[in-house]
Amino acid sequence: MEKKNPEDSFQVKIDAEEKIEPKDWMPDEYRRNLIRQISQHAHSEVIGMQPEGNWITRAPSLRAKAVLLAKIQDEGGHGLYLYSACETLGISRDELIEQLHSGKAKYSSIFNYPTLTWADIGAVGWLVDGAAIVNQVSLQRTSYGPYSRAMIRICKEESFHQRQGYEIMANMAKGTLEQKQMAQDALNRWWWPSLMMFGPHDTESAHSAKSMKWKIKRESNDELRQRFIDKTVQQAEVIGLSIPDPDLQWNEQRKHYDFGKINWEEFTNVLNGNGPCNKQRMANHIQAHQNGAWVREAAMAYAEKQKNKKVPA
Amino acid sequence: MTVNEALFNYSLRLGDNSLILSHRLSEWTGKAPILEEDLAITNIALDKLGQARFLLQYAAQLEGKGRSEDDLAYKRSEREFYNSLLVEQPNGDFAFTMARQLLNDVFDFFLYEELTKSTNEPLASLAAKSLKEIKYHLRHCSEWIIRLGDGTEESHNRIQNSMNELWAYTGELFEMNEIDSILIKENMVPDLSKLKPKWNNMLCEIFEKATLKKPEEGFMHTGSRKGVHSEYLGFILAEMQYLPRAYPSATW
Ligand SMILES: [Fe+2]
Ligand SMILES: [Fe+2]
Repeated sequence: MEKKNPEDSFQVKIDAEEKIEPKDWMPDEYRRNLIRQISQHAHSEVIGMQPEGNWITRAPSLRAKAVLLAKIQDEGGHGLYLYSACETLGISRDELIEQLHSGKAKYSSIFNYPTLTWADIGAVGWLVDGAAIVNQVSLQRTSYGPYSRAMIRICKEESFHQRQGYEIMANMAKGTLEQKQMAQDALNRWWWPSLMMFGPHDTESAHSAKSMKWKIKRESNDELRQRFIDKTVQQAEVIGLSIPDPDLQWNEQRKHYDFGKINWEEFTNVLNGNGPCNKQRMANHIQAHQNGAWVREAAMAYAEKQKNKKVPA
Repeated sequence: MTVNEALFNYSLRLGDNSLILSHRLSEWTGKAPILEEDLAITNIALDKLGQARFLLQYAAQLEGKGRSEDDLAYKRSEREFYNSLLVEQPNGDFAFTMARQLLNDVFDFFLYEELTKSTNEPLASLAAKSLKEIKYHLRHCSEWIIRLGDGTEESHNRIQNSMNELWAYTGELFEMNEIDSILIKENMVPDLSKLKPKWNNMLCEIFEKATLKKPEEGFMHTGSRKGVHSEYLGFILAEMQYLPRAYPSATW
């Protein structure tokens, strides 16, 4: 009988849209690629709790406070689903957190921008979650089973996030002059970083080709970015805010919006640690982790004692 | 003081307690020892906020002056808040937060259990709903108290010291004034002095499991029934109320 090379049968499975499960054979590079992407995604959910968490104690109404708390709690939950999905690839959460702290693992650069006013909480929900949704909807069809299922769960919760942000923006845009200025200012500051969330242009993207072949990624950075722009421009019009891009224009031939040049120098700078909040976000995470060490030790010591008690004499 | 006025004040007392504790707990977001605990604390903060909203809405309705829950939360000043001194204490470390939570939750558990029998329908129905939440909070934090108490030497010392330090704020929980007298007569609220033995017993059971010593009785702080607080409350309110105060004509 003819023996098939495992890499070939793996690709056959991928091409047939079958999901890869933890126990299945997979190329080492596929595994590494997934760990990189899923852990980056998990860390982003968790680090993303910081810029929004900033405003819980200052939320301007009890309702807004409750919605924001629930939203941030969701993001933490997303982090948990994704850490679990990542652990199925044979790496522990401790190792993942260590990689985050050492800088080996990344998180989305968008969270290195500061939330300066309450309108930023609107902008983050509307634009950052809005961009995340476009990406995550696409990833529901990713080839790795546990990642795909985590995405399906997450997408169910995400649309509420975008709505809460948009509602904040809409309320402020129709509010007092000061509120409207805050809303426009937040849009001005968050628009371009949101577009950068989709990553470099397809021609420049380091991980894209392999990821597409293995169907880890299903659509290219540029396709996803265009989809986000097309849906968001109209939403801005509805609430009377203007997108800070003089080159933005509907292209009847392409049936898409054309848009201006993205400042990739800024992107690279933030990626390399020079964003407004890189140091602060990491320092906070490391400090919380270190402050919790004695609690985790105590929980382990207690569990150990309980186990010993149960052993019959 | 009329029954209505007494009820208004009582609702503020309970509502402020939930609101300020929720505020303190929400300061933990993103800072807990593990991610699962981050979610649990946020969950408790959300429950407490829900209770606060119900109570402040009810208070506003009783007052009948057209104020809203947000007016009561955001437009009252330090001397008009009636939460206990206990819940406004800063978070400290994880042990301190859990100790504060336990002392409050055991009290809330017995208080809300009695309130389910209130002749006042809104309070009774709030209590029935909240009691389920409080039972969960109580279980969650007593499990932590036991783990920390019977964990390592360090965790034992931290939780014992926190409990000792916070004990001086527990006397106030049981203080009663004219408001209580009026509402007790109407069978709307319980006599707090009758809750004290139960509160004591439950705590002693938890302390025993946690290998903790019950703190010694001593001086007890007081003031919140008269709206006299620690310095901490002013900072909480400054942060919480800043937007509605800075932009009084705005709605959000
Ligand atoms: Fe999320
Ligand atoms: Fe989200």
